[in-house]
Amino acid sequence: MKNQNNKTILDVQNLHANTQSTEILKGINLTVKPGEIHAIMGLNGSGKSTFAKVLAGHPDYTATQGNIQFEQQDLLALSPEERAQAGIFLAFQYPIEIPGVANSQFLRLAYNTIQSKRGNDELDPLEFDDFVREKMKLLEMNPDFLDRSVNEGFSGGEKKRNEILQMALLEPTLGILDETDSGLDIDALKIVAKGVNHLSNSQNAMILITHYQRLLDHIVPDYVHVMEAGRIVKTGGKELALELEKHGYDWLHDDRHNNVGVSA
Amino acid sequence: MSEPANVDYLSCLFKSLDAKTDDSVNAGTSPENPQSWLKQLRAQAIENAGQLKWPTTKDEEWRFTDISSLAKLPFKPAQPGRIPALSDIQPYLIKEAVNRLVFVDGFFAPELSSIASESQMLIGNLAALATQHASTIMPHLGQHVQHQKNLFAALNTAFLHDGAVIVVPQNNVVDLPVHLLFISTQVETTHYPRCLIVGEANSKTTVIEDYVALQKNAEDAYITNSVAEFKLAANAQIQHVRLQRENQNAFHLANCAVSLDHASRYQAVSVSLGAKISRYNLDVRLEAETAESIIDGLALITDQQLADTHTCIDHLKPNCTSHQKHKCIADGNAHAVFNGKIIVRPHAQKTNSSQSSRNLLLSDKAQIDTKPQLEIFADDVKCAHGATVGQLDKEEIFYLKSRGLSELTARNLLTYAFGAEILDSVPVASLKHTLEQIVLNQTQSC
Repeated sequence: MKNQNNKTILDVQNLHANTQSTEILKGINLTVKPGEIHAIMGLNGSGKSTFAKVLAGHPDYTATQGNIQFEQQDLLALSPEERAQAGIFLAFQYPIEIPGVANSQFLRLAYNTIQSKRGNDELDPLEFDDFVREKMKLLEMNPDFLDRSVNEGFSGGEKKRNEILQMALLEPTLGILDETDSGLDIDALKIVAKGVNHLSNSQNAMILITHYQRLLDHIVPDYVHVMEAGRIVKTGGKELALELEKHGYDWLHDDRHNNVGVSA
Repeated sequence: MSEPANVDYLSCLFKSLDAKTDDSVNAGTSPENPQSWLKQLRAQAIENAGQLKWPTTKDEEWRFTDISSLAKLPFKPAQPGRIPALSDIQPYLIKEAVNRLVFVDGFFAPELSSIASESQMLIGNLAALATQHASTIMPHLGQHVQHQKNLFAALNTAFLHDGAVIVVPQNNVVDLPVHLLFISTQVETTHYPRCLIVGEANSKTTVIEDYVALQKNAEDAYITNSVAEFKLAANAQIQHVRLQRENQNAFHLANCAVSLDHASRYQAVSVSLGAKISRYNLDVRLEAETAESIIDGLALITDQQLADTHTCIDHLKPNCTSHQKHKCIADGNAHAVFNGKIIVRPHAQKTNSSQSSRNLLLSDKAQIDTKPQLEIFADDVKCAHGATVGQLDKEEIFYLKSRGLSELTARNLLTYAFGAEILDSVPVASLKHTLEQIVLNQTQSC
């Protein structure tokens, strides 16, 4: 799905970020172009999820150095909601439960807010109901989930599907999936992967954050990046994930200077 | 521990009372003399009121709620006045409630009320029913609320001139809710709404007790001192919705007493939105085995409002159940109080009781005091309780913002959701919808 034009969706330069005065990200560089799927792998604590949260604007993290350009805008200057409106979407590792808010109400509010910011028409409840049910079919979700409170009592797999449903509704330019595969059984993983593949096109891009190769059997990345101690220490093609799966992350240390990959 | 009662306030009230006892008990529907039993009840209450002290913050029961400002107000009992037009009360009407009793400043307004011809129950105003139905009403009126111990219940009973009466006969199921609408229109007066609801054996009914204000100016001050008594006979079921939407300068002092017989079930939701100072005492007595009470409450207040809810659920017999959920949302400089007492008497084995008090502070200046109070004297019981006071969860706010919602919208939605859980138990669809809209509007103005 690589797009050969020179347009860039995301350009991260030397990004450093702190939480509670501890530096977690120590100089990340990453360029993402339309049509690309990037996987970011790495051990727990390597900074993968922090990177995802910094991109989405989580208030607990502060960028201390470097910059992020998102479609020619200074991303770090935008609030989380402005980022979402501009086309960033983060599928949460642990989606939040919101008792008392019907999922349908939440989805429509998010959809209409973003549509109106992008200058598009909003949908009334009936129109939206048709629209969302169509999108739910893609993820094989039971329409009953519309009437339940947001994520409340959803299983791990249902929560993750609800995240991808939101991505399908909000049509981001850059979708960031933070360990969307964790806690999914193989059937749910296939459904989620099918949804992501369906949403991926030549105009948008995806960043998949994952521990495991198995997601990448179903969503084939153009690039695989390995993070360690707050940096991307290795970049390669999809075969890098297979190598990691075979040899484990320690293998990197033996092989650090043997760069097999393409620079992203 | 109390200060002496405020002599000026009480003497002013009693002076007006003396003048009134010579009058007819009712406000115009019937010219006859007050029934002697009613007169006796009032005389007893007057005596009680004279012996009770004005509560101060030195009293444990009034620790968080200072009503000294109330004692300084020279509010006289309301007199019958202008009756609003039906169009004025239209916004408050509930479409499911074909039976409706409306009281204006404590006085029955037959022109605004509506009673279906086949209502399957005794329903009407006390003054009209007191003579003919004395044998039904007398055993209950003033017998459940503790006017011997509670000054405001005593005052309400002392000034008792009319009220709403509902008696659902044995084996009758009344599907549609009854709306008891208490409207205040006057300024700087006190009115004394009163309710008596009796569910006889195997009966079932739903009652909406609703306090609204129609003063021209929302700044107008007045006092509502209300008493409601519920009696549930064996296997009776009553659903009780209580809605307090007084204006922002009102004082609302309310007592509700509920007595439950064998296997009866009382399900209540109370919502407090209005009043400058409000105090709601709910006393539930589970007096026979396998009685059940389910009580939910929501106080949503802002600015300088104070809302105080004191509940006491008394398990007197074995195998009874009580569940309670109370939530407060306080913004601005508001102050919410919840005191939830649960008593399990020595013989009340196998009691199953739960209580949760969850509270949301929306501003740095708001204050919430919550006090679960368990007094358990039996050893084979299940009593769960929990209390939390917190702010909106920042992970939840971030989640909503990451979906494009503004900070304000995210906060409003979460605040609404917090309150909506309680509204979910309102058993009347249109009222539930109205309340959701009210809470939505209120949370959006925060």
